[in-house]
Amino acid sequence: MKINFEHKQSAHCENGVVSNLLNYNELKVSEPMVFGIASGVFFVYIPFIKLNLAPLFSFRPMPGFIFSRVSKRLGFKIKRLKFTDKVKAQQQLDKELVKNNPVGLQVGVYNLTYFPDEYRFHFNAHNLVVYGKEGDTYLISDPVMPEVTTLTAKELEKVRFAKGPMAPKGHIYYPTQLSEHIDLKKAIIKGIKQSCNQMLAPVPLVGYRGIHFVAKKIRKWPEKIGVKKTNHYLGQLVRMQEEIGTGGGGFRFIFAAFLQEAAVILENPKLETLSKEMTVIGDQWRDFAIDASRLYKNRSKETDAYTKIADKLDTIANAEKLFFLKLKQSIK
Amino acid sequence: MKKADVPQDETCFAATNMKEVVYAVGEDGNYEKALSSGWNAKAIALQESLDLIDEQVALTIQKIKAGELSPIAYYMEVQRMDVAILASYVGFWQWRVKRHLKAKSFGTLNTKILGKYAEVFEISIQELKTPSI
Repeated sequence: MKINFEHKQSAHCENGVVSNLLNYNELKVSEPMVFGIASGVFFVYIPFIKLNLAPLFSFRPMPGFIFSRVSKRLGFKIKRLKFTDKVKAQQQLDKELVKNNPVGLQVGVYNLTYFPDEYRFHFNAHNLVVYGKEGDTYLISDPVMPEVTTLTAKELEKVRFAKGPMAPKGHIYYPTQLSEHIDLKKAIIKGIKQSCNQMLAPVPLVGYRGIHFVAKKIRKWPEKIGVKKTNHYLGQLVRMQEEIGTGGGGFRFIFAAFLQEAAVILENPKLETLSKEMTVIGDQWRDFAIDASRLYKNRSKETDAYTKIADKLDTIANAEKLFFLKLKQSIK
Repeated sequence: MKKADVPQDETCFAATNMKEVVYAVGEDGNYEKALSSGWNAKAIALQESLDLIDEQVALTIQKIKAGELSPIAYYMEVQRMDVAILASYVGFWQWRVKRHLKAKSFGTLNTKILGKYAEVFEISIQELKTPSI
């Protein structure tokens, strides 16, 4: 059985799943729109959580937040189920497919056979849609892949029950009860407001202050933990910023695309100007990634180079501070 | 980023013919989706983290040969796991897994426990005991 589901490749898995599932349910929202309404633009530095031997930097909110926020702001409900029993998990999935209901699944990346080997880490918050089953094979729409793909029942079970941090536990979800009257304008404004609040948050590790904090650390790291570790940490930062699912420049370009759409819907030309400013900031992030990658490729010993890229990061932090202050003003 | 500037470097995507979506500004100044075959700056970052794993594995092999660590440590690292992840796969406490990483306690493990590790690594118990390193 195969549900007539439209697969659209997207920059980020969660936005993509939400956008594709909503489109199937006749609520047309683009990926940037989902991202913006969910206040997906973010920065946080969590030094006490280590991932692949380096501290955690994140340019996105916690996995799952995007769907919950979108559902709250667009007024629909989400049915979510987790399982301990693998057989029950598959039965539930089959039941939904028979009902012609494509569903979202949370899965682990490591055993996704169709992913390039270089990207297969034990990361458990990837999302995909199952839109049918033929024999023992499930039809998969993975939003970061160009085309739809398939997984056998056994392969799917393995990724649904991946273990480790944020284990998916067979997590299955789908939207229910879409409301008839959707106030897109209100949802957009809410999304923008929260984006401003989280980027301007008065706590040291979050938002533009978090970026300043990391810049300060980069100045100290070469002496404190050595050049080798510093380079690894910078590599981690760049990977978090540019790996599949960030849409480039740590989501800044997706946010700019959202502002451009929002400018038309809210009839607010200020947002169009701000979208352009966000594009410039996104380009600055990319410049930073180039400089950082040069640094660890050349294994440069001069500490001066680290001061320079720390300065660059400070410039970005200042630009984002100004940007979100202006954004806050523009929707008043 | 302008659409014309979307990086098209040759990276690990080439093997699977994969491309990723990025958002970029088109000629009319509006954002649109564009496909990228990869970007060197991030390919370098990715390679750096993979090299680190290889380095770690080489070190572990030395320690196994020196009789300090058990083959479990080797398989764990090759499969890009850490103690926390491995512990949740085999269903033991972390301190127990940590102990099993030592060559000394590995020798005392019964087939039931060895079987659990072998199952997680998808190898036979024989391979677990005598890794080809």
